[in-house]
Amino acid sequence: MKRAPTHSYPGLNLGRRHPGADKATEVVSFGFWVFLMSDLVYFGLMFAIYITMIDAQAGGPGPHELFDLTSIFAQTLILLTSSLTVGLAMLALKYNLPRSRIVMWFGITLVLGLSFLVLELRDFMAMAEKGGVPQRSGFLSAFYGLVPLHGLHVAAGCLWLVVLGIQLRVFGLTDVLMSRVVRLALFWHFLDLIWIGIITIVYFGGLTYG
Amino acid sequence: MTSEAGGLIGRLSWDAFPIVGLIQTPNANEIVANAAAAVVLVGVVVVVGLLTWFRLWGPLWRDWLTSADHKKIGIMYIVFAIVMLARGVLEGVVMRAQQAAGPGDGFLEAEHFAELFSTHGTIMVFFVAVPFVFGVANFLIPLMIGARDVAFPVMNQISLGLTVSAGMMLMVSLVVGAFSTGGWTAYPPYTGAAFNPGVGPDYWIWAIVVSGIGTTLTGINFAVTIYKLRAPGMTFMRLPMYCWTIICSSILIVFAMPPLGVAALMLAADRYLDFHFFTNDLGGNMMNYANLFWLFGHPEVYLLVLPAYGIYSEIFATFSAKRLYGYNSLVIATMSIAIMSFTVWLHHFFTMGQSALINAVFGIATMLIAIPTGVKVYDWMATLFRGRIRFSVPMLYGLAFLMLFVIGGLSGVILANPTIDYQVHNTLFLVAHFHNVLLPGVLFGLLAGYNYWFPKAFGFRLNETWGRISVVLWTVGFMLTFLPLYFVGLMGMPRRSFSWEDPSFHPYMIVAALGSLVILAALLSVVAQLWVSIKQRETTRVPVGDPWDARTLEWSIPAPPPPYNFAVIPQVTDRDDFAEAKEQGAAYPTPDAYEDILLPRNTSIGFILCVLSGVWMFALVWWIWWLAALTTGLMLVSFIAWTFRTDTEEVIPAEQVRKEHEAWLDLVRAATPVDRDHEYAPENRGLARPDLEAAT
Repeated sequence: MKRAPTHSYPGLNLGRRHPGADKATEVVSFGFWVFLMSDLVYFGLMFAIYITMIDAQAGGPGPHELFDLTSIFAQTLILLTSSLTVGLAMLALKYNLPRSRIVMWFGITLVLGLSFLVLELRDFMAMAEKGGVPQRSGFLSAFYGLVPLHGLHVAAGCLWLVVLGIQLRVFGLTDVLMSRVVRLALFWHFLDLIWIGIITIVYFGGLTYG
Repeated sequence: MTSEAGGLIGRLSWDAFPIVGLIQTPNANEIVANAAAAVVLVGVVVVVGLLTWFRLWGPLWRDWLTSADHKKIGIMYIVFAIVMLARGVLEGVVMRAQQAAGPGDGFLEAEHFAELFSTHGTIMVFFVAVPFVFGVANFLIPLMIGARDVAFPVMNQISLGLTVSAGMMLMVSLVVGAFSTGGWTAYPPYTGAAFNPGVGPDYWIWAIVVSGIGTTLTGINFAVTIYKLRAPGMTFMRLPMYCWTIICSSILIVFAMPPLGVAALMLAADRYLDFHFFTNDLGGNMMNYANLFWLFGHPEVYLLVLPAYGIYSEIFATFSAKRLYGYNSLVIATMSIAIMSFTVWLHHFFTMGQSALINAVFGIATMLIAIPTGVKVYDWMATLFRGRIRFSVPMLYGLAFLMLFVIGGLSGVILANPTIDYQVHNTLFLVAHFHNVLLPGVLFGLLAGYNYWFPKAFGFRLNETWGRISVVLWTVGFMLTFLPLYFVGLMGMPRRSFSWEDPSFHPYMIVAALGSLVILAALLSVVAQLWVSIKQRETTRVPVGDPWDARTLEWSIPAPPPPYNFAVIPQVTDRDDFAEAKEQGAAYPTPDAYEDILLPRNTSIGFILCVLSGVWMFALVWWIWWLAALTTGLMLVSFIAWTFRTDTEEVIPAEQVRKEHEAWLDLVRAATPVDRDHEYAPENRGLARPDLEAAT
């Protein structure tokens, strides 16, 4: 049974330069992909709940009073850029650039991820000031069930970046760690994808139909 | 979240302990509640005492709790499932007794009865059926596909830990506080904070969330194992039927567990943080809960029953000494059921206000599932047809299943018709229906599998006589208990009634209560069978490993299998590879060369997460916030610390593998082959005499 030499698992493959890590990654990455698909169902359902609850504002503040598109634009730019930087970390790994290069791109990704979270929290606080708290209505419950869930994933990604950065410094580029970088990159791109769904459905959809 | 929450012990107080209730109001209801709590405590004391007396703490820790071996994890899953089964059956008996106590209120209070049916359902689905199915699958999957372990052995251990700690919450709820009264489905707004401010629904929520995570991880693990770790030559269409059913189950888990997690967490947000997902006011919508829950709930029943179908497929083939009839159609039918199970969830609430058109669509979709299921039943019967059938214990379970399950399936088709459903919805007819598919379907399948694979796991056969007694007791007990419920259901008796008035129900209730005692006897007979079998184990050993002249790879290795399963990974050339090899006289080959084998090292992470998640759940239920925060932190830290481990595998040298394998091959050569008429004789050491005439 011959398998394609360059692409045997989801995401950017490590390829010929890292035969050991490439083989180790095949099974684990597939498993992680299945996990992401399960996670995607979580988000899909929260999107569905949000859509059914757009009208359940119960006289409370709605999308037009609460959403700040300028901040959302900034968050989008930051998150998309972080996807680029995590991709650059993967490329640095694939083409055997020095380890410090990978850690540097990790560092930049971390800063971008944290800035995204700060902006998001600022948004939530601004919403709360206008009475937009989850206890106010079904609509707001659905909003706060979905958007912070994505934020929680970003926070988990940030923690992962820190831990993996430390491990790369301590252990060097072992096969296991290389395989973890591949999965972290997958995870980070997945968060981007969910964010695209959030701006489209939660923010644009909310402003159009809410 | 109310403001008085918090403090050192949250909302925990002396009133949470049932003994206080007994002292204040001594009556039958309190006696039953206290007896249940006492059983839990006595059970813990007895287990701890026995472990200490026989000095088993060390072996328990080294060989079991920290093991990442899929076989041991599988066995631990099954032990856990059987302990929970005992509680679930006892609760069933108490409920039947309550309803048989005659028109009027019986001896339990309404609240207590509601707790009983809530825990009974939760336990039987999440902590008996699921772990039993996972235990069998864990044990079998790598052996059947020719692998050394599952894809993620440590994650497997963590899954077990989370499932057990969640199950323990149900035990803790007997002793501290009370469980939910909202049924296993926990529909809000009844389970919301407005109507149910106590701890009950919180016990339910966290047990479901944590065991749900464990289940999801297991689903991922099984799916990846079967996709990626098959032995060379083991193509998809050569997989044993059982593996196909596990693939389908895993797909169901991966996609159907999230709705349950979402629903439970949203309910938690409503209860703890005053959100309005499902409340009656401020835009909450309980129909979202019903949809989410059954979006999980319906795939769940197929997730449980498909692996049982797989077990029956293996058993019918082996004990008819024939190839499984219609393999391709069975694969297609299994996959069809898996996919269609996502399209029928609404039939659980036909009466909750959808349009007639939507009800009709879901009703028809539901009836369609009967087609692939029918295909399966005919395939199994065709497998039996002109086979050389042995009426062994697994086969008897299989035959009981074929007859009873068809009745259960057909009553499901009746319920799938929305117009009829309006009449029998929420009656005991429904209770009869789902017990009729879950007992003969899932439970009999698992018990059949337990009898069938036990010699593979432990190296000796189970006692045949006690096995037969068990089959009879389970079958008769099932029929006496649940078939009458069809009739009272049609007569209009609602489910979950702690009291009833119509005297014409009484005879049926009495028969059902007697039936439940027979089921209790059946459970005891399973224990007796195990006891007797252990006593007689020297006369029933099958070290060669193939006592039933079976067909798939797991029978081609020693019983019990070595930690690495296969001395040399087999090269598969056919479906039913081992049967084919035996027919051609090519079974038990001597390998040319041996290699070093890498196995996962023992780790305590699964146990640590089991304990911490248990404390975490308890803290959340009782609003002990500092403890919840502490355990959250500890879980994160211990998991991250675990990722720093580099030395995760141990090597078994080729020389040791060679020695062990050759010793076993000598044993194979020395053993006398037995034919099928002497399957239960002591001379059956696990080497089968090829039975050429019937094998084709």
